[in-house]
Amino acid sequence: MSWVPHTDADRAAMLAVIGVDSTDALFEAIPPEARLQSWNVPPGLSEMRVRALLGELAARNDTGRVSFLGGGYYDHYIPAAVDALQGRSEFYTAYTPYQPECSQGTLQAIYEYQSVICRLTDMDFANASLYDGGTAVFEAATMAARVTGRRRVVCHPSLSPTWRAMLDTHTAHLDFEVIDGDDPAGAACVIAQNPSFLGDVVDFEPLAARCREAGALFVLSVYPVSLGLIKTPGEMGADIAVAEGQSLGLPLGFGGPYLGILATRKAHVRKMPGRIAGVTGDAQGRRGFVLTLQAREQHIRRAKATSNICTNQALCALRALIHLCLLGKEGLREVAVACHSKAEYLKSKLAFARVLNEHPTFNEFVVRLPRDAREVVARLRGVGYHAGLPLACVGRGEANDLLIAVTEKRTRAELDAFVAALEEVACS
Amino acid sequence: MEPKRLRYTKDHEWVGRDGDTYVVGITDYAQEQLGDVTYVELPEVGRRVAAEEETAVVESVKAASDVFAPVAGTVASVNEALETQPELVNQDPYGEGWFFKLRDVKAADVEGLMDATDYNAFLATLEE
Repeated sequence: MSWVPHTDADRAAMLAVIGVDSTDALFEAIPPEARLQSWNVPPGLSEMRVRALLGELAARNDTGRVSFLGGGYYDHYIPAAVDALQGRSEFYTAYTPYQPECSQGTLQAIYEYQSVICRLTDMDFANASLYDGGTAVFEAATMAARVTGRRRVVCHPSLSPTWRAMLDTHTAHLDFEVIDGDDPAGAACVIAQNPSFLGDVVDFEPLAARCREAGALFVLSVYPVSLGLIKTPGEMGADIAVAEGQSLGLPLGFGGPYLGILATRKAHVRKMPGRIAGVTGDAQGRRGFVLTLQAREQHIRRAKATSNICTNQALCALRALIHLCLLGKEGLREVAVACHSKAEYLKSKLAFARVLNEHPTFNEFVVRLPRDAREVVARLRGVGYHAGLPLACVGRGEANDLLIAVTEKRTRAELDAFVAALEEVACS
Repeated sequence: MEPKRLRYTKDHEWVGRDGDTYVVGITDYAQEQLGDVTYVELPEVGRRVAAEEETAVVESVKAASDVFAPVAGTVASVNEALETQPELVNQDPYGEGWFFKLRDVKAADVEGLMDATDYNAFLATLEE
């Protein structure tokens, strides 16, 4: 269905119904000084000029470098079919239509997205998605508070400092106690991450068991692609699985839009925030899709809603669904294996730098360079590389520590050339 | 339970004595206003509740509403049948559709609530 904003004729018709002459007259009740004086929009341009202007802006984007940047967002290959399918007009609207009478396709896509997330994480129920990984961590914390009646949130050292900062921002004016550690006693939840922010792969089953004994929930933040190879949140006994979904078919962009994944066990589904699509039957017994469990949501439950974010990232979730369907179970495993083996290859070649990880890693690891990592990254930017994330930029580790991520996109030639470039810059 | 012998709140809960405990549910008027009940969230057994404290949540096809404790007490038991058969609230609001039982209740607190005559008079004011 098409989505067209109000036309001049629509506006005139609405004003006529309420008996007001103009839009300005409608807003007369607002004091003039409180009204917007200018939209600050430049005068109109021709299509040709707009194209030239946007082309100039686009050319300033820093693309085409060989990337080893990670820290939560990764440079994975996105099949052309993802763009082609999500761009179909049935899906590509300015707003997500949820009315079952006219949106069966959208609702079915959301339902299928939820289903693939459940299979990926080994959890029972997923919501229709949230804004991003950090929002999902916050929503998992509030969900744990609703389930347990406790207000303490314990952040395991493995948790991304980015997610942690977002958790702090979201809870700053709420009744929450957010602390570091791994002690579940008296806590609503312990939030851990696997692989850890520094790349370590850890089996959190013992921590999940300790949480269970202490009556706390165990929340595990994961890197979706890694689940092709390593133990899932469900297998580790997590109560809530969260993730940043960017690695599932979303292009890297400064500020997103990205995708917040949240899934849980059946026992907690009514405390889960966000929209949920469900399958049902119509009056003639045919299968149909609807939004379900809406009584938890803001438009019905008002202040007591499970969340005050009452939207989802439908288009991003659709991309994740298409991406996962294109890969399939075996394909996801192959991507994960490629990421892992290429990272191990790079590790083995970095003789001049010390790998700091004490656990096995998936596709990301920390090296201590002979000089300041920020300096090295800046110099390598000049020769075509995003060399990685200096840990000092996020207040972790030492000045010489660099977090390096390797995806399936990196070729052996790229890896060899990068080793030479890194050695030259770091050791000279 | 015999509706005539129960006590009522303005939020449409009923309370009636059952041996040492008091049973709490929602009235026929309440279930009719809500429409088909789809889910009931019940309190934890052993929880201390104050009068007018939110103790349960009832969800219907139309709305989700809090159910308040009519009087102070301790949750003695909950109606586990509602977990799989929430429709009991619609079918038998004064019987099989009860919500929870309270112990440690002061009889005087219950006596202070509306009786069936008062409640019916109160309903009549709502319908005006």
